[in-house]
Amino acid sequence: MEMKSITKTFPGVKALSNVNLKVKAGEIHALCGENGAGKSTLMKVLSGVYPHGTYEGDILFGGEVCQFKDIKDSERLGIVIIHQELALIPYLSISENIFLGNERANRGVINWSETTVRTKELLETVGLQESPLTRVSTIGVGKQQLVEIAKALSKEVKLLILDEPTAALNEDDSENLLTLILELKKRGISSIIISHKLNEIEKVADSVTILRDGQTIKTLDMKMDAVTEDVIIKGMVGRDLTNRYPERTPELGETIFEIRNWEVYHPTQADRKMLDQVNLHIRRGEVVGIAGLMGAGRTELAMSVFGKSYGKRISGQLYMHGREVHLNNINQAIEGGLAYVTEDRKQYGLILIDDIKRNISLSSLKKLSRRGVINENEEVLVAEEYRRKLNIKTPSILQKTVNLSGGNQQKVVLSKWIYAQPDVLILDEPTRGIDVGAKYEIYSIINGLAAEGRGVLVISSELPEIIGMCDRIYTMCEGRITGEVERQDATQELLMKYMTRSRG
Amino acid sequence: MGAISEIFKRNIRQYGMIIALIFISVFFQILTDGILLKPLNVTNLILQNSYILVLAIGMVLVIITGHIDLSVGSVAAFIGALSAIMMVDMQMNPVLAVILSLLMGALVGAWQGFWVAYIKIPAFIVTLAGMLLFRGLTMIVLNGQSIAPFPKAFQKISSGFIPDFSGESSLNVLTLVAGIILSVLIVYQEFRTRKTSVKYGFELPPVWIPIAKAAALVIVVNLFTFVLAQYNGIPNILVILLVLIAIYSFVMNNMTMGRHIYALGGNEKAASLSGVKTKRVTFWVFVNMGVLAALSGLVFAARLNSATPKAGTNFELDAIAACFIGGASASGGIGTVVGAIIGGLVMGVMNNGMSLVGLGVDWQQGIKGLVLLLAVGFDIYNKSKTA
Repeated sequence: MEMKSITKTFPGVKALSNVNLKVKAGEIHALCGENGAGKSTLMKVLSGVYPHGTYEGDILFGGEVCQFKDIKDSERLGIVIIHQELALIPYLSISENIFLGNERANRGVINWSETTVRTKELLETVGLQESPLTRVSTIGVGKQQLVEIAKALSKEVKLLILDEPTAALNEDDSENLLTLILELKKRGISSIIISHKLNEIEKVADSVTILRDGQTIKTLDMKMDAVTEDVIIKGMVGRDLTNRYPERTPELGETIFEIRNWEVYHPTQADRKMLDQVNLHIRRGEVVGIAGLMGAGRTELAMSVFGKSYGKRISGQLYMHGREVHLNNINQAIEGGLAYVTEDRKQYGLILIDDIKRNISLSSLKKLSRRGVINENEEVLVAEEYRRKLNIKTPSILQKTVNLSGGNQQKVVLSKWIYAQPDVLILDEPTRGIDVGAKYEIYSIINGLAAEGRGVLVISSELPEIIGMCDRIYTMCEGRITGEVERQDATQELLMKYMTRSRG
Repeated sequence: MGAISEIFKRNIRQYGMIIALIFISVFFQILTDGILLKPLNVTNLILQNSYILVLAIGMVLVIITGHIDLSVGSVAAFIGALSAIMMVDMQMNPVLAVILSLLMGALVGAWQGFWVAYIKIPAFIVTLAGMLLFRGLTMIVLNGQSIAPFPKAFQKISSGFIPDFSGESSLNVLTLVAGIILSVLIVYQEFRTRKTSVKYGFELPPVWIPIAKAAALVIVVNLFTFVLAQYNGIPNILVILLVLIAIYSFVMNNMTMGRHIYALGGNEKAASLSGVKTKRVTFWVFVNMGVLAALSGLVFAARLNSATPKAGTNFELDAIAACFIGGASASGGIGTVVGAIIGGLVMGVMNNGMSLVGLGVDWQQGIKGLVLLLAVGFDIYNKSKTA
């Protein structure tokens, strides 16, 4: 497969210019680049989402020029793309999902026995032990990812494109998935993997192509060229990132926020305890990390503390500046000096159809208004101030946030909460899906907040990030705090040991 | 030039609809040999469409929150019936009856808002039920019969005009004066906007843009008042409408309440996690809709001078259509009060024009349906082009 000098322009933006990509048969090819570098656009061109004629350049598959009119065209040749946001129908069964749009049918009448038998075969291939009749909504994200791959296999895939396949997976599931991709390679299926996780690329890829600003920077052979993470990062950002975490000398003050004996039950399953006797504290100027695998209860902890937005039968005490506070709804939490930056900024953090200015002011309209009337001029000044301070890259604060890259979106969410002037910020996966350069900026912002004397609680799945950023780290497992580690003692191995310290 | 094309692009939907409104008006003006814009007919246009425009104001808020209200026609009929019982049967003072009617509307809105906001039943279902429920109640309280006539004072809501200084002149002087006062306000507003921009150090648009804008508005306003002045002057209902438009536009654009409504419609979860009391806002939007539906019912009853069991039939559909023609998004978060009014006027002018040229109701319905589809189609085409 080869893509030759692909150029794709959107109104006003050149998303790709003269991009070349060459994937050999039976290899795993990684595609790296900052957010907005053009990876996804390139893959959409390849899979026919952008039909022939809307871009310039040629796609060659097996030596022949292809002109895809739609996704079906590319699938016919065996090019299948699995998008970052999984495209499964939650209320249909695994087998119905696998053969969706490709039903085993005769004149529109579905042959269910054949469907079930084929599904079983496919599930075996991908190593998923579930009944073909299981509803997709009842299985976890990791397994859903496997269903997607089974679906791709059902279409006799020759080239599998995976867009950030492990972004939502925990370490175990990621590991499984990567092994599966290596397995598929042995069967002669090539893959293109888009990923921000450079260690994964090092593990599985045969070669890697780096994109930056819509251009191919270079293609490297993993074995011949002795590729390391640093080499890839350098290619992606165009500069040496000698230090991935900005320097900081913490100045710790007294304890400003404390959670004691915190217990929370599941919102619908009445007897399921989600958090059990959680105790933690944050000091002034301190960056505290919470490490835990998926399902450890990190987000549940953050949300239940933030105005009881999660869970039922919540018990325990919260202390702000040593005084007990009762934060029974989100407004009380905000007024009490708490801010929570959600894990999923598109769904829970931003009003995507609104502009930057309105998003930044949303939590603090009271400050900008008198008797309910907003001073829009002040609002513009505030938005401009934060655009400058947090270096939000945009032509105007009137830009809709849906048009921003992940890093800039996150900066808008951070602006909103910093402007609310909280004493304690809880940041849930603050750098998920954000490219390396923007991550560094986000880290600097976090450090700035700590330096101003606020407390920051960082929840992250990336251990290097937690270790690089935090003064003190709590580990969680099954809704309990299982360890507390000071920065100087923290190693990935130690944290992982605590994070898997389950009760049973 | 870049500046205007930028402004134009950002507001293409609004300007597009204004242009469409002008185009349709000119089209029917020619087709009806100039009857459409005769002073009498312009006055009629306002009176005929007032109750739909009142509904459209409330409806656009409901639609911005991502909901819909199918019950407003029935609610209007129900409140109209109650007001008739109070004023005609019970001989109540009209002012008191109007206040009680509006309160009843608020109660109806609160009933529906409760189910939508707190019990989380989809608004489509709650208000579909409300549509049946309140239509049924209307027939029950009216015993299936009409009640008439209303007191003279009450009828004035829909048929009265603001009295002129003197009855001598063939032109209504007060109307012309009102036009001039409005013109002064428009110019003052543009001037003030520019002054605060200077104060805050914002980048200023070239001087001719505000001047052109103010000039266009002043011309339109004075043409309009001049036309009205040739008939009976300013209808009472026009004053009510203008006040409502001004208040609701201000709330939606300049107040935290409006901001919360837009945020809620744009992304309910994010709004909630940002401290917007989403349930409470939804509830109040429905209460507000109830009050405006009640007002619409009163205006309609006053115009008809009777309360009938069939009043308000299909009002909800006209109001919803007005919002969508005026650029509101069915998925919530997008829409303006002024847009909904323009959408309502587009429908109103078409109705009136088609009637004047003698098209039957059958054709009118069909053509209105196509216009709705085309307007929203144009909107979506535009969005996909700019995205």
